[in-house]
Amino acid sequence: MRGLALLAPLLVLLILCFVVPVAEIIRRSFVVDSEFGLEAYSALLGNEVFWTILGRTFGVAIVTTLVCALLAYPYAYLMTVVSPRTRNLMMLIVMIPFWTSLMVRTYSWLVLLQDSGPIVGFLRGIGFEGVTLIRTTTGVMIGMVQILLPFMVLPLYNSLAGIDRRLLGAASVLGARPFRAFRRVYLPLSLPGVFAGSVLVFILSLGFYITPAILGSPKNSLISQLIVERISDRLDWSSGGAMSLILFLLTIVIVGLSSRFVNLSKVYGGAA
Amino acid sequence: MNASRKTRVVLSAIAIIVGVLLVAPTLVVIPMGFTDKRSLTFPPSGWSLRWYEEFFSNPEWIGSLGNSIAIAIAVTVLAVVLGTLAAVALVRSRVPASGAINLLALAPLVVPIVVVGVGVYAMFLQWRLVGTFFGFVVAHTVLAVPYVVITVSASLRTMDWGLLRAASSLGAGPWRAFRRVTLPQIAGGVAAGALFAFITSFDETVVSLFLASSELRTLPVQMYGSVTRDTDPTIATASSLILVITTGLLLATLLRRKKHA
Repeated sequence: MRGLALLAPLLVLLILCFVVPVAEIIRRSFVVDSEFGLEAYSALLGNEVFWTILGRTFGVAIVTTLVCALLAYPYAYLMTVVSPRTRNLMMLIVMIPFWTSLMVRTYSWLVLLQDSGPIVGFLRGIGFEGVTLIRTTTGVMIGMVQILLPFMVLPLYNSLAGIDRRLLGAASVLGARPFRAFRRVYLPLSLPGVFAGSVLVFILSLGFYITPAILGSPKNSLISQLIVERISDRLDWSSGGAMSLILFLLTIVIVGLSSRFVNLSKVYGGAA
Repeated sequence: MNASRKTRVVLSAIAIIVGVLLVAPTLVVIPMGFTDKRSLTFPPSGWSLRWYEEFFSNPEWIGSLGNSIAIAIAVTVLAVVLGTLAAVALVRSRVPASGAINLLALAPLVVPIVVVGVGVYAMFLQWRLVGTFFGFVVAHTVLAVPYVVITVSASLRTMDWGLLRAASSLGAGPWRAFRRVTLPQIAGGVAAGALFAFITSFDETVVSLFLASSELRTLPVQMYGSVTRDTDPTIATASSLILVITTGLLLATLLRRKKHA
């Protein structure tokens, strides 16, 4: 009873400012001309632009997740074998961007990726003429990878730090070469961590808004941009609501299916 | 031995590249803040302090910084109080459906931010909370409170509950026992939660874009508007200040923790 009294203030806030708003946007997706109707959904399903954008959003999320995993794995692995001092430094290097404003980090990529910027200049210098990064999907992904990388490193490091390294010694005593010991012993044990980080980066990528809105263009927008455009520019609540429900359900299903592997408290607790 | 040494060198090289990738790109905002021209050219061709002057004299910029700080402080207080009470209940008391409540408290971390943004916009328009200080504070608190619940729950799980029993057997009431025994033990978790709540509110952009009005906007909203409208380098100045403040707060917390450890 006392427990409920302590919880009540937070529950009231969450219900009024989180549950009711999300429910309201879902309700509006079923309302067409102030009557119940599924027109918003049938219109979306037959809309080629919607499918293109949904496909692009998934493609961007998959590539971003893969690149993050490839970059984060060696970094997180090294964190488990270096001295505590170096490990603290490596942790700090992950924590600073984790807590630095998304707007600031996106702006810095706008400076770096533009046509007159240093990256395009460098590429031109080594013979790649006419490369454009700003307002392209590639440019959006470069920014997203760098911004989401800490969300991969933290759960991965948590998982790798828990692996008993004596197993590698055992494998080598039994005659396994280092690469084989890694592939047959260490890699399988590390997969839950890779999976946890990947789920997190994937769902955050699906819902990314600020970075694609600034580094991309309306021509290569992602699903979040389409939702904002429908609601802010066209005041089309049923269409925007329908897409919100689809994005919401996709996220919830992915989180639900992977909940055995992904412990949010652990991920963010590691960042704390 | 030789092969493993080689592996180590390759790994270190990759880790250094990843480390540079994590930190370096954001640092371009610092020289950009001192440029002398109204352009995005990097590196700048000349130097000046005019964008710092602009930032501190233009009410749009300095005013939105003030709004951001005021909102973030209110969010921190609200999130710490609500989150700590809830964490105590979730860890200590037998609450019905505590698993579901815990899930609900963490849900704002994973629900797509745009969905939260349009939902809050829909309801807050009806409730006339768009463009209000109160509206910003409650919406940001929803996004900030999960961090407090996580950090405080973690420190509650490691604290010594025997001391609390000792306090109550010595006659301390629940509030007194909480204030004198529990609170000092979980202070680290509460402080970390407070820091993250502050930064979450201070950086929040998407929901804020929906809640902002021409009279009340926060610094990230002002930056977003600036970056989509023109190439005003004042945004680089604002970014440098945010970068320095955030990094300073983080370093201060880490150093403090080290001293206590």
